[in-house]
Amino acid sequence: MTRTDEQAGGPDSAVTVRGLVKHYGETKALDGVDLDVREGTVMGVLGPNGAGKTTLVRILSTLLAPTAGQATVAGYDVVRQPRQLRRVIGLTGQYASVDEKLSGRENLYLIGRLLDLSRKEARARADGLLERFSLTEAARRPAATYSGGMRRRLDLAASMIGRPAVLYLDEPTTGLDPRTRNEVWDEVKRLVGDGVTVLLTTQYMEEAEQLASELTVVDRGRVIASGGIEELKAKVGGRTLRIRPADPLHLRPLADALDALGITGLAGTTVDTERDAVLVPILSDEQLTAVVGAVTARGITLSSLTTELPSLDEVFLSLTGHRAGAPQDAVPADTREEVAV
Amino acid sequence: MSAATPLTGTGADARIPLRGHLRHTGALVRRNLLWIRQDPESMFDAVLFPIVFTLLFVYVFGGSIGQALGGGQEAYVQYIVPGLMAMMGMNMAMGVGTGFNQDFNTGVMDRFRSLPIGRGSVLFAKISVEVLRMLIATTILMVVGVLVGFDITHWPGLFAAVGLSVVFGSALMWVFLTLGVVMKNAQSVQAMGFLVLMPLQFGSSIFAPTQSMPGWLENFTEYNPLSSLADAARGLMVGGPVAHDLWMTLAWSVGITAVMAPVAIHKFRTKT
Repeated sequence: MTRTDEQAGGPDSAVTVRGLVKHYGETKALDGVDLDVREGTVMGVLGPNGAGKTTLVRILSTLLAPTAGQATVAGYDVVRQPRQLRRVIGLTGQYASVDEKLSGRENLYLIGRLLDLSRKEARARADGLLERFSLTEAARRPAATYSGGMRRRLDLAASMIGRPAVLYLDEPTTGLDPRTRNEVWDEVKRLVGDGVTVLLTTQYMEEAEQLASELTVVDRGRVIASGGIEELKAKVGGRTLRIRPADPLHLRPLADALDALGITGLAGTTVDTERDAVLVPILSDEQLTAVVGAVTARGITLSSLTTELPSLDEVFLSLTGHRAGAPQDAVPADTREEVAV
Repeated sequence: MSAATPLTGTGADARIPLRGHLRHTGALVRRNLLWIRQDPESMFDAVLFPIVFTLLFVYVFGGSIGQALGGGQEAYVQYIVPGLMAMMGMNMAMGVGTGFNQDFNTGVMDRFRSLPIGRGSVLFAKISVEVLRMLIATTILMVVGVLVGFDITHWPGLFAAVGLSVVFGSALMWVFLTLGVVMKNAQSVQAMGFLVLMPLQFGSSIFAPTQSMPGWLENFTEYNPLSSLADAARGLMVGGPVAHDLWMTLAWSVGITAVMAPVAIHKFRTKT
């Protein structure tokens, strides 16, 4: 066995991925991905459906064999040392992977036993985690009766039984309402506070910003940008100001006036005619103030003014010049399902 | 992170000891038993199948087929009850495939497969519970059988027959487990199961003696393992020649298991 440290991204790298490739016939789910997750950090992997995020997670959890390339987790090679690797990871999938017919407690007890805890330890660990994830009251009910948020929490609890060094969260809030999403975010933040290394995949810039310290943006199986989250945010133009004049007739003059300010970044000022708003990408609070000043100077009355984080589409537009995942439509539906799920 | 530092070799820590396998299988058996407790209706087939089939065959076909056997309904009871016992394994096995397939379409299997357990444990646990269900169904069959007049002449033979049908049934379960893993949804597993099941069951000596069948069909029944199992069960419980059918059944069981168990485990391991 070759020493993995030398090829890996240094001794404090918890997850190291080099040139990872996964092909399904003609489809390139992963087409040469490099990635380093440092110990104790949260790496966000941002990308649209079909970008290869789930494929990456499945390879890193030994559920799928890569076509080529190398990946190590906590020093263990995904292909050559799958059993050791499984001991140090926790997986929370896109769909909560809990047994619906079992109660929350039975779910956790089962995983504990499968992780070689004694009966007593497994019971104690299950109760501890139920308490921690606020599921004690529902502990004896079948998971089928749980709400979406409770299921995700149970799923997270199940991932934590083995005290994993690295936790994968594959789109942990997809399909959840905003309140439940915040609940899951809070739980993830607590786990991160405990020093767990997290690899998080998401379609939402907002989620990445909430949880991750570093970000890798993927599209069609390739990394198109990576770095610190602040760094990338600056690159994609930070926030977007959405300005609605009270009178839709003011849309064009307002847009022209703001364009004339010359502060906007790559994407430029755009007019959202559907919702009668002008969108201005801004990079700083100073720019925000300048925009408001310009609006006041023109004497235009506004009905609303909000700042938004860039959507995934805008991130992609500014990083690649094309919309997220658009050419992916060429992929046959059959294989795409496997790529995305 | 303590685990990251020294453990780069493929040391013994990678191997799962036998006790570990047993513990994992035990935990998963418990899971499947809890399923039954949670959803008692899942036992309906095991309970109702032997009752309905015994009554149906004895009272609908019993008179006329019994005549052909040189008796009446009583003669047919002696014929059909061991036959139904042989059929039990196949029916249970089909359920294994569909149930397992449904399990796969939830995220639970991903979780199991990302745990450091022998992946065969999941399959062994499923088979253990199904064998248990099969034993319950067989017990009910025997009770109903005796109630409609079945006369067990060799008690040790009864246990041998039950054992033999369990061995053959679990061999078939590997086939259906493989189908359950490979096929896309539970409906297709079931459809596929029926397609195989019907000709095998009716083209055998389970329900009726084969002498009156056309030559080609009689030849087919000759090599049909279900005929061997049914005839062996008859021989063991009510007397008659046993050795040939017994060995044939065992040979089929061992053969099927030897081929299909590794295939099922492999397919389960590499399923994406």
